Amino acid sequence: MQLIERTAAELRALMAQGEVNAVQITEAFLQAIRAREPQVQAFLHVDESDALAQATAIDQKRKHGWQLGPLAGIPVAIKDVLCTKGQVTTCGSRILENFVPPYDAHVITRLREADAVLIGKTNMDEFAMGSSTENSAFKTTRNPWDLERIPGGSSGGSAAAVAACEAPLAVGSDTGGSIRQPASLCGIVGMKPTYGRVSRFGLVAFASSLDQIGPFSHDVTDCALLLEVIAGHDKRDSTSVYRPVPPYSRTVNTPVKPLTIGLPREFFDEGLDPEVNACVQEALKVYRGLGANIKEVSLPHSRYAVAVYYIVATAEASSNLARYDGVHYGYRAPDFDSMIHMYSRSRGLGFGKEVKRRIMLGTYALSSGYYDAYYLKALKVRRLIKEDFDRAFAECDVLMGPTSPTPAFRVGEKAENPLAMYLSDIYTISCNLAGIAGISIPCGFTKAGLPVGLQILAGPFEEEKLLRVARMHEAQTDWHLRRPRL
Amino acid sequence: MSRPTPYTIVIGLEVHVQLLTRTKLFCGCSTQFGLPPNSATCPVCIGMPGVLPVMNRAAFELALKAALALQCNIAPFTKWDRKNYYYPDLPKNYQISQYDLPFSTGGGLEIMTPQGPKWIGLIRVHLEEDAGKLLHDETGRGGDSLVDLNRAGTPLLEIVSKPDMNSPEEAKAYLEELRLLLREIGVSDCEMQEGSLRVDANVNIRIPPEHAGGRKPLPGRQYVATPIVEIKNLNSFRAVERAIAYETQRQFEEFQESGKQLGEVSKATAGWDDVQGVTVVQRRKEEASDYRYFPEPDLVPVEVDQAWLDRIRATLPELPAARRKRFESQLGLSAYDARVLVGQGLAFADYFEKVARECGDAKAASNWCSNQVLAVLNERKISIQDFPLAPEALADLIIRVKKHNINAQRAREVFGIMLQTGETADGIIKRLGLDVSFDAEELRELVKKSIAANAKAVADVKAGKQKAMDALVGFVMRETKGKAPTDEVRRLMNEELAKV
Repeated sequence: MQLIERTAAELRALMAQGEVNAVQITEAFLQAIRAREPQVQAFLHVDESDALAQATAIDQKRKHGWQLGPLAGIPVAIKDVLCTKGQVTTCGSRILENFVPPYDAHVITRLREADAVLIGKTNMDEFAMGSSTENSAFKTTRNPWDLERIPGGSSGGSAAAVAACEAPLAVGSDTGGSIRQPASLCGIVGMKPTYGRVSRFGLVAFASSLDQIGPFSHDVTDCALLLEVIAGHDKRDSTSVYRPVPPYSRTVNTPVKPLTIGLPREFFDEGLDPEVNACVQEALKVYRGLGANIKEVSLPHSRYAVAVYYIVATAEASSNLARYDGVHYGYRAPDFDSMIHMYSRSRGLGFGKEVKRRIMLGTYALSSGYYDAYYLKALKVRRLIKEDFDRAFAECDVLMGPTSPTPAFRVGEKAENPLAMYLSDIYTISCNLAGIAGISIPCGFTKAGLPVGLQILAGPFEEEKLLRVARMHEAQTDWHLRRPRL
Repeated sequence: MSRPTPYTIVIGLEVHVQLLTRTKLFCGCSTQFGLPPNSATCPVCIGMPGVLPVMNRAAFELALKAALALQCNIAPFTKWDRKNYYYPDLPKNYQISQYDLPFSTGGGLEIMTPQGPKWIGLIRVHLEEDAGKLLHDETGRGGDSLVDLNRAGTPLLEIVSKPDMNSPEEAKAYLEELRLLLREIGVSDCEMQEGSLRVDANVNIRIPPEHAGGRKPLPGRQYVATPIVEIKNLNSFRAVERAIAYETQRQFEEFQESGKQLGEVSKATAGWDDVQGVTVVQRRKEEASDYRYFPEPDLVPVEVDQAWLDRIRATLPELPAARRKRFESQLGLSAYDARVLVGQGLAFADYFEKVARECGDAKAASNWCSNQVLAVLNERKISIQDFPLAPEALADLIIRVKKHNINAQRAREVFGIMLQTGETADGIIKRLGLDVSFDAEELRELVKKSIAANAKAVADVKAGKQKAMDALVGFVMRETKGKAPTDEVRRLMNEELAKV
């Protein structure tokens, strides 16, 4: 097996044994990036010398026998939605094309403290709005398993980077499925932690009450390792929760017994691709074989999840994105004849089509006369969705189903049909609305060789259980060992 | 007093005060006034991507303190909302404010009017962040405007009164009382010049049908009400008074022409031109501005329990209203005197209380403080903290003036020397020979002497010219080198004249 195909845990072991050092690992991944990026296009910025400088510093520390962080020498790719001090952070948008934050996101600080090598910033749908990464203002990322297809989104760059072995780990953000769906479509592991588990400080906001940062990895063990590093309270984020972070990487191999799995009826409805369903059924067989008790449950309000999401998320986005006006930073249109004209031209030219669509939707939903009928009602239904989950988790440890109704679709296939695009998040969105934890793990391939993901959901702050349950399947299968031929 | 008008004025005031916190409401930047532009800023108050607000607990506690002092009802659960609008001084293009669940409602304060005390109710008090400042090109050549964000994020208390004020004077009295209260409890320095206190006035008038030029009130009203105008750009209490007086008369005149009543046209905004002394109606809001308020998802709601409130309440000093009442009931001062003394602020009232306690004569202490002491403070433009006489020294003067029956003019002379030289009252009085005392008989002899020597003046007094009395008393004062107690001389003079 090539170095770049290894997991972070394996690379860690190799470094500990002195088989390889951080610079060699970083060089190997930079080499992979050089070789594969023309096809995959997962990254927006890679600063080779900066990555090597970080790796050199870590090798020095090791040489001097200094204490090393848990991710020492491991390259990590960063979705370009996370602010990195002194480094351009674009959010996939023209409007922030030249924006250099004077601060690191909390997650970036954690990664630096863990001695990770930040290898580059990955492509994404503009402001994390999209499910295919086609809404990036800069490039279209390809699915490493089929370059004619999309990698999913909005964290498509991060998912593709890991799947293409351009980085062993990546960080993304998930507002309605933006980590789990691309993980599923790229055949890797991706997790959305509970809302409040990871600080959002420095995460460029799309929808503040839904956004959460999470890990991408080849397997569940690496996912646990990365989550352990980025999770935890941060006083700069009032919504981050003050509670200890369990040692996920130490408990991940302990199976959950007895285990009751709930299958939400609504996640196996029409619209679900038969091949995807078949893979999910195979995964359930594995759990049944491990003695799990599987029962059908219902999340009756989940049928409203997409509708609720596109009101709540767009409403928050319309306000969150108001700051990009060309006044203080970011893109300012060159020609204008008044203040209002400067605003409208800068925003008109700086934002892409989907972002503008959502700003308009959200502005409408919050407008006086419509607020009660849309936003307020959406909040009420959101609570009902949460209560559905509470009831389900009262009798089940976890819920399972497909992550995405279909495998990766072709580039351009849904680009002109926003509603079809929105529906590709139909199974992932309710998890964000309820604020609970969810993970997608590889559970098979279609006949055409496209990966399929199994989504597992757990109650708030049950990441430890979620990872253990996910690992039970992984230990019995080898989907996570597959790498695309590039 | 304003001249009587054929209509009733209705005024509601919206007051914004900056809280005296060291740092801003949602970040750690300094709130100090007058720093170089944009030096007190950080990614949070500049509204950079991805940064998040964190509530300043000290600011919230100051807000609670203000609301308690204003007798508001404190909500056990309060949240933050976003008020969305675009303006270059608002970096996020939304203001974090409070909408449907402000931290306090109700309450009010009492003002003094010529008709007696009057309660001015409050609708609500809420907390929000201030915006920055724009500096426009003053040359008129259309140059770039500059933005200073030092002020952006400063904690701001919005205090909305009920439309309970009915004259410009009442509006001014309300503002003075509010400023006094907020200063005394250390919530705000309320400096209008520095913008730490800002006022918008909502004004209209109610015209009785007989003065409405034949126009009938709208259904459900006993009077004709004019459309409300919100006056902005009021930069002093005096401006508030003048602007309201001008605006109400303007509304009366406009109504005579247009006949438009409240509800028939939308609310308008007017600016006050202090130089011209006129209000200028800027725009009539065709529709209510749509701020698209919604709950701020980046902050958690605040829950206020009884223990927290009790802790804040314990930090409140005696409030002006309570102190006035105590001065009246405990020290026997008139309502007017109590108002003057308390109105000068906490330190001044403390000074007075010490003087009163030391000399044992609250009335005399009150007279000295609100006349002589206050005059010196005003003249020298200093505060009571910088006043050269200790309360004990002034008390000593008061005691000695009484003991030696020193008249007011000579007493003021001693006071003046004390201020200049720092000498004690005792020393000065001795040096000037004012420590002599006249017995009543001695004085009566001098009075008789005066009557005998001033026949013309006596005749004049008898003819009703009270002014002639001065000559008679003046004779005695000259005889005693000004040391005789004038009041006593005057009393004896009246007695003796009656016998003539």
